[in-house]
Order: sequence, then structure tokens, then C-alpha cells
Amino acid sequence: MEHLSNWLLLSPVGAFVLAALALFVVDAIDPDSTHQGVLAAIATGGSVVAMAISGILLLSGAAEGGVELFQGQLVVDGMSLLFTFIFGSVTALVTLGSIDYIRDLAHQAEYYLLVLLAATGMSIMASANSLAVVFVSLELASLPSYALVAYLKHNRGSVEAGLKYFLIGALSSSILVYGISLVYASTGSLLLPDVAAAAGTAAADYPGVFGIGVLMILAGFAYKTASVPFHFWAPDAYEGAPAPIAAFLSSASKAAGFVVAFRVFVVAFPIDAIAGEVYAIDWVLAFQILAVLTMTVGNFAAATQENVKRMLAYSSIGHAGYVLIALAALTGIGGPGTEATVLGAGMIHLLVYGFMNTGAFLFIALVEYWDVGRTFRDYNGLAKEAPLACVAMTVFLFSLAGLPVGGGFISKYYLFAGAVGAGVWWLALVGAVNSALSLFYYSRVIKAMWLEEADEPREIESYPTALYAAILIAAVMTVALLPGLAVFDTAAFDAAAAVLQG
Amino acid sequence: MYIEALIALCLLGAVGVFVAPNRYAKKLAFGVSLVPLVISLYMYAAFDGSGNALLGGDIAYETFFEWLELGPYAVNYHMGLDGISLPLVVLSTVLTTLAILSAWTPIDERQSQFYGLMLFMEASLIGVFGALDFILWFVFWEAVLVPMYFLIGVWGGPRRKYAAIKFFVYTNIASLVMFVGYFALLFGLGGAVSTTGLPAVAQALRAGQLGALGPLGPETLALLAFIAMFIGFAVKVPVVPVHTWLPDAHVEAPTPASVMLAGVLLKMGTYALLRFNFTMLPEQAATLAVPIAAIAVISIIYGALLALAQSDLKRIVAYSSVSSMGYVILGLVAYTVYGVGGATFQMIAHGLISGLLFMTVGVIYNTTHTRMVGDMSGIADKMPVTSGVFVAGAFGYMGLPLMAGFAAELFIFLGAFESTVLPSAPLFTAVAMFGIVIVAGYLLWAMQRSLFGPFRLETDYEITRAPVHDVVPLVTLVLLIIALGTAPDIFFEMIRDATIDVIEFGGDL
Repeated sequence: MEHLSNWLLLSPVGAFVLAALALFVVDAIDPDSTHQGVLAAIATGGSVVAMAISGILLLSGAAEGGVELFQGQLVVDGMSLLFTFIFGSVTALVTLGSIDYIRDLAHQAEYYLLVLLAATGMSIMASANSLAVVFVSLELASLPSYALVAYLKHNRGSVEAGLKYFLIGALSSSILVYGISLVYASTGSLLLPDVAAAAGTAAADYPGVFGIGVLMILAGFAYKTASVPFHFWAPDAYEGAPAPIAAFLSSASKAAGFVVAFRVFVVAFPIDAIAGEVYAIDWVLAFQILAVLTMTVGNFAAATQENVKRMLAYSSIGHAGYVLIALAALTGIGGPGTEATVLGAGMIHLLVYGFMNTGAFLFIALVEYWDVGRTFRDYNGLAKEAPLACVAMTVFLFSLAGLPVGGGFISKYYLFAGAVGAGVWWLALVGAVNSALSLFYYSRVIKAMWLEEADEPREIESYPTALYAAILIAAVMTVALLPGLAVFDTAAFDAAAAVLQG
Repeated sequence: MYIEALIALCLLGAVGVFVAPNRYAKKLAFGVSLVPLVISLYMYAAFDGSGNALLGGDIAYETFFEWLELGPYAVNYHMGLDGISLPLVVLSTVLTTLAILSAWTPIDERQSQFYGLMLFMEASLIGVFGALDFILWFVFWEAVLVPMYFLIGVWGGPRRKYAAIKFFVYTNIASLVMFVGYFALLFGLGGAVSTTGLPAVAQALRAGQLGALGPLGPETLALLAFIAMFIGFAVKVPVVPVHTWLPDAHVEAPTPASVMLAGVLLKMGTYALLRFNFTMLPEQAATLAVPIAAIAVISIIYGALLALAQSDLKRIVAYSSVSSMGYVILGLVAYTVYGVGGATFQMIAHGLISGLLFMTVGVIYNTTHTRMVGDMSGIADKMPVTSGVFVAGAFGYMGLPLMAGFAAELFIFLGAFESTVLPSAPLFTAVAMFGIVIVAGYLLWAMQRSLFGPFRLETDYEITRAPVHDVVPLVTLVLLIIALGTAPDIFFEMIRDATIDVIEFGGDL
């Protein structure tokens, strides 16, 4: 019997599950429920509770050092709580913003239910301490996502995107699970700390099996985080999906991919133990290549888009590249302090990104709700009709570009400065150049909204309250995280240090 | 907590004005802007700082909180004012209020957004002058770009989008270059500093604690960092040859934005040059004194010649800013008490005078709907007060005694002439002084043709006397300019107190 306080540590996950079960009940009683307020309130309430509890636990230091549960299958520590906080905040924004977006669609209870189940899977991913749990929770997060992408079932784009996402997701899962089996074969364990203990010998005795296993796991995570060259599904899936779901996938799901990657690679495959062997895999080098490719391809592709949603999709690939710096800078050059800084910087960037990117996609949802159109041109003159939402969008875009109007500036500063400290200054340089480039395509949206005149008069009849509220909350949080990161940064760096020490 | 109160009031006011209905926006914005104005005047009256904030002087209205940690560097919320920054804060609050008044007539669409942005800009400007930590300072520095981009791009003239984007791209790239320069210094100092704070870095650099960074030795590193930061700030000032964004931005910007741009935003560049380049790296400034002085003199003469060649009143005033800001650079590079003090004084003087001239051109344009010198003649008959103010402003620019411009330029010339840092200082000074002649030339020429002579106007608009709300800010500025000219000690005493440390710490350069 685990101690009671250990269950408290799992209560954020429990909040997601309970809210999902409550939606099951509502759906069972009234299958065609159109009480959107109730459905959204349950979903949003559950996520806010999950966010609040994980935030409090994180800042109170309750899980300092990490608490292992279920014979070490799960671990609750600073990193898992920080990411659960991210999932909770993104899920709350997405469910709140969805009310208006899916107003006239069927199966609303199922919609919220699937979002919450995916969030449950993600928060277990954050705590996964065994490769088996990694795989199961990843599937729990992925399966609802496939259905959600195809939720607009009368829309060809949505269905096609769902199918594409599903097929590629299934393929990447099989690659991941095959990689896990190879690692298991060479180390004889699925628990991450035990894998780590056997990693050195495994790399020496079975370099091929172990190395390919690690590479395949890396590829599986690269799919999940939409990193180049495994990114092809992302723009199509994000474009076809309902906009709030695109927000959910590109913020929360990506963060979930990263938290697993952080934990598995840092804990299970200690670089100093395995990189020394002749045939073994130097995954830091792999992540360096991945980071440069992802940043550059993502940003250049974003710069050539004509469709705002696709532009954001590619820019989110670019942001995955920035976060990859967190793993690519674990070179051992800068010492433990620098490594904790740069890994923590990755977490902080995902935290800020959760608000600014979700907000930007929710703005797209608002524009889709108005049937305005999807190209830059269609956004012309929007600020005249919706100044507040456009201010919020401006904040998101400038913050994504790294201008100091929001937390994005500080988190990028952490990442790049951390990379310099770790001796991979060229990675910071690539990042900074990409960041400067990104300002050009982000500002195209801003220019269209504020400076251009609409081609033809538009009729905007209603201003959806819930969606507006979600966008404004995200904007306020993005700005508040500029000074407010001070609340989280120590927690994130401590969490990173704890993970690095193992 | 006074600086925080100023910033918070401006920000809250900006949000309030932004969501207020258009018809209340201007009154609300004006009312809101009076509060920081009064507070800043009180701060002037109660100022008790001494010395230079970066060099261990007593900082007035200081606040300090721990903010972020980045590996070995602490980023703190550190605000405070000394004799250099306080006058600029007062300048910002005064000009914002007057610029809001001057927007009364020309801004007739999306008013709540316009005034909201003006107040947001005021908050950012106060932050720039108050911040004593690099990251904090950079946040405000970049935040200034955003409202100005929209003010030009939405409410500007026919080529507003081009001008807005050019402004944004130029100054943003410059900021990045400067950012790299500062961080190179920070990394070069290694363990000698544990914070990104300006005072710590300035004192460590002055104490000669700069080490090598990779293959770069301390000397090369300092020189390269100086150049990177100089380029970053020179774009903002702007000096020739990176001045080309300025006329575009000025001509397309609506009057109130031009006032803020010329009056305060350009000072960010010279303020930063003084704080970073000349305070932190005086030896490098001395090494590069000749090229910098050459750039200053070229800006003075070339800017004035460009102004002479314009026929658009607004362009004339815009190019004259390039010229006037050249004097500031000359004063800084002279590195004498009167040179640096005069340069700081010129920032204030030029802020008031160029603000005045832009406002006057705006008022004339509101009435006549033309800015072309050739299209008008004898305006003074119909708009006596406005024309009188224009003449006063022009005299201020030319350096007529008892006006602020005279005091500033006198200090600068005195300081530059005696400079020991700058080789052949008298020569540079003499050439720079020749700039005044050209200034007088183009201003007298423009006034003579547009204001005086027989009345003639090539537009269909009827000429009426400017309304009171247009004239009040003009007259206020004239009074301020005369006040500063007759009693420069209103600001010069505290400026000298803060700049003298910059020079003395420089030792025997």
C-alpha cells in the first residue's frame, strides 16, 4: 500500500480521469447532450484543477527528489509536475475555446472526453519511468488525438488529416515499440534507471542491437514532437484538424513528446556511459543535427506559406527545433550547472509555448468561426472588427518571434544562452538567426490585421464569449510570464537538475 | 516605487483607453497622461540622487528585486534614476501629454487604439530610461518599437506600410547586433560579474576585469563589442549612413508619432551610447574618437544639406534631426564635462524643439492640407500664433541665445573645442559649427517662403486660425524652450553632476 501522500502526487492525473469519467456519465445519461456549458465546464474544471494541483505541488517542492510509485513504473518529480501544469493549462484553454467552435456539431461530450483522455495520457507520459509505461501512455495520448483530428467528419480535409495522422502515428508507434524491444533485449530491463545501469555494458556487448534500439526510440519521439525529418504529417494534420485541436496537438502533445524524450534520454541512456563505446550511438550529436534541421526547415517552410494555419504549423516545427537544443546541449562541456540550465530552459520554453501557441491557434479558431478565410490576405483589416483579439494575436506572434512583449523572449534567451554556456554556441547562432527570420513571417499576419484594409466588407455578427475569453486569458498569461517566469524558473532548473542527477 | 507607479499608470491607462469607446478616448488619454506628468514633475522636485547611476552614485527612486537566474548571471528588476535619466523621463511625460493634445485634430479614426498605443509607448520609454539591468532595459527598448510600428503603419501617410516596416526592420536588426555586443562583454568578464546589471558591468569593465573570449583577447573583444553596440545605437540615433529609415518614418508618421519619434525615441540611441559605449568603454571610445567624430560631423553637415534640399516642411524638420543628433555624438566623443553634459542637454533641447516644429508643421498641414513650401506663402497673415511659434522654434533650432538650443550647442562646442581625447578637436568643432549656418539657411529660407510675403495658397481649403487645443501645446513648448535657454540649470546642474563621473573615471585618457 502506497503512502497516502503519494496518491496526492497523482491527483493531477486523477483530475483529468475524473473529469473524463464525469463526461462518460453525462454522455450515458443524455447521449445527445447539447448542454455545452455543462460539458465544457466539466472538462475545463477538471483541467484547471489538474493545473492548479500540479502547480501547487511543484512550487511547494512536495515532489523534490522524485517519488517513485508502483515499483518504480511511475515517478512524480518536478519535471512531471511542471509538464502536467502545461497540459492542464493548454487543455483548459482548448476546452474553453471549443465551446463556440463546436456549437453546432454532434458528439460534443465525446469531443471533450477524448481531449481529457489524451491529456491523461500525456500526464502519465510525463511521469513514465519505464519504457512500457512510456509506450502505453503514448498510445493513450495518441488514439484520442487521431479521432479528434478527424472530428469534423463532413469535412474532407479533416478526415484526410485524421487518416494521415493515424497511419503515420501507427507507423511511428511500431518503430518506437520495436526500438524499446531492442533496448530491452540488450539491457534486460524496461525500468529507466535499470536500463541506465546496464546501458554501458549493453553498448559495449551489443552495440548494434542497443544502438539501433536507441535510434529507433529517438525516431519515435521525433515523430511525436514533429521534428525534421519526421515532420511531414504535422502541417497537414494541424491544417485539417479543428483549430482548437490543432492548438492542443501542437502545444500539449508536442510537450508530451518532449518530456518523454527528456526523461528517457537523460535517465536511461547516460551519454557518458554509452558514447565512449565504438559502435554505440552518440545521441547528443543526433539531437544537434535534428535541432539544426528542425529549426531551419520549420522556419524556412513557414516563411513561404500563404495560409496562416499552415504557417503556424511550420512555425511550431521551428519551435520544436529550439526545444531540441535542450537535449543537444548536454555535451558535458558546460558542467552540471549549465546542463540543468539548458534542460530547464527547454521546459520553460514549452511552458510559455503552451500559452502563446495555443492562443495563436485559438485565434485561428476564432477566424474560422467567422468564416473569414485562411490566407494572409483574408486577415486584412481584422483589427478594425476585433481589436482586442488582434492585440492578443499580436502578443502571441511577437512573443513567438522572441520579442520581449511576452515570456517567449526570456525562454529563448535561456535556451540560447544555455547553448552558449554548453559550448555549442553555433547552435545558439542558428537559433538566433532563425528567430530573427521568424519575425518576418509572424509580422506578415500582424501587418495584415492592423495595416491592411479588407478587400471587401465583412460581416462579423457575433463575438463568441468563451473563445474570446480563452484567447485573452492566453494573452494575459503570455505577457504575465515575462516577469512571472521568476516563479517557475527555479522550479524548472531544480527539476532539470534532479533529472540529470538521476 | 515612483518609476513603477509611472509605468503602471501608463499601462493601465493604455488598456483603459484601448477598450474605451472612440469618442471618449482622447479626453481619457489626456487625463491619464496628466497623472504621470505630475508625478514626474514631483520626482524632479524631490530628486535626491547624486553622481552617475552606473558608477556608484546615489540612485534616486531605486527599486531592486531579484527576478531571474540564468546559470551564473542574475537578472534583476533594478530601476532608478540619476541626473542623466531623470530629465529624459520628464521629457517623455511632457511630450506625451503634448503629443496627445496635438493629436486632437488629425487623428479621426480608431482613436482609442491610437491613444492606447501612445500611452503604451510612454510606459516603455520611461522603462528604457529607468532600467538599470540590461535584460530589463532591453525589454523596454524593444517594447518601444511595437507601438511606433503601429502608429506609423495604421495612421500614417500614403507610404505608411513601407515606412513602418523599414523602421521596424532597421531598428530591430540593430538591436540584435547591440545585444550580441553586450553579451560578448558579459561573457568576456567571466566570473567578474554575477549579474547582467548595468552598474556591475560598467564598474567591472572600468576596473579592467575584461578577459579573453575564445580566440579574442580583451583588447579586441572590447573594441568589437564597442563597435557592435555603436552600430546598434547609431541606427536609432540615427547617424549617416544608417539614417535612411528616419525621413521615411517621419514623413509618413502622423504628427503626434513624429513628435514622439523625434522628441524621445531618437534620444534612446544617444542615451544608450552614453550609458553603454562612453561610460563602459571609454578607452575604446578614445581609440575610435576620430572616426566617431567624423561620423558626427558628416551627420551634421550632410543632414543639414539634405534638409536644405527638401521642399516638404516635414522632410526639412526630419532631416534636421539627423543634423542635430550629430551634435550630440560630437559632444559625447569630446569626452569633456561640457561635451558630455552638453550632449545630454541637447537631447532634452532637441526633444522639445523638434517636437515643437513637428507639431507646428502638423497644425499648418491640418489647416492648409499641404506641406509643400512652394504651395504656400504668407501663412503668417492668417495663422499668426502658429507662425510665430514656428519662428520661435526655428530660432531655437538655429541656436538663438536664451533658447534651449543655444545653451546646448554652446556647451557642446565649448566641450568639443577643449577635448583632449579627440585629436584635432578644434578642426572638427569648427566644421561642425558651420552646420549652424546651413541650419539657419534652410530654416530662414523655408519660413520666408511659406510664412511671409503676400498670401497665396494652392489648395481649396479655407485658412482659419488654429483651434485652442492645437495652440496650447505649441505655446507650452515655446515657454519650456525659453525656460531651459534662460535657466539651463533647471537640468544642467543635475546632468553635470551625473556626467562628471563618466569623465573623471575615465582617468587620463
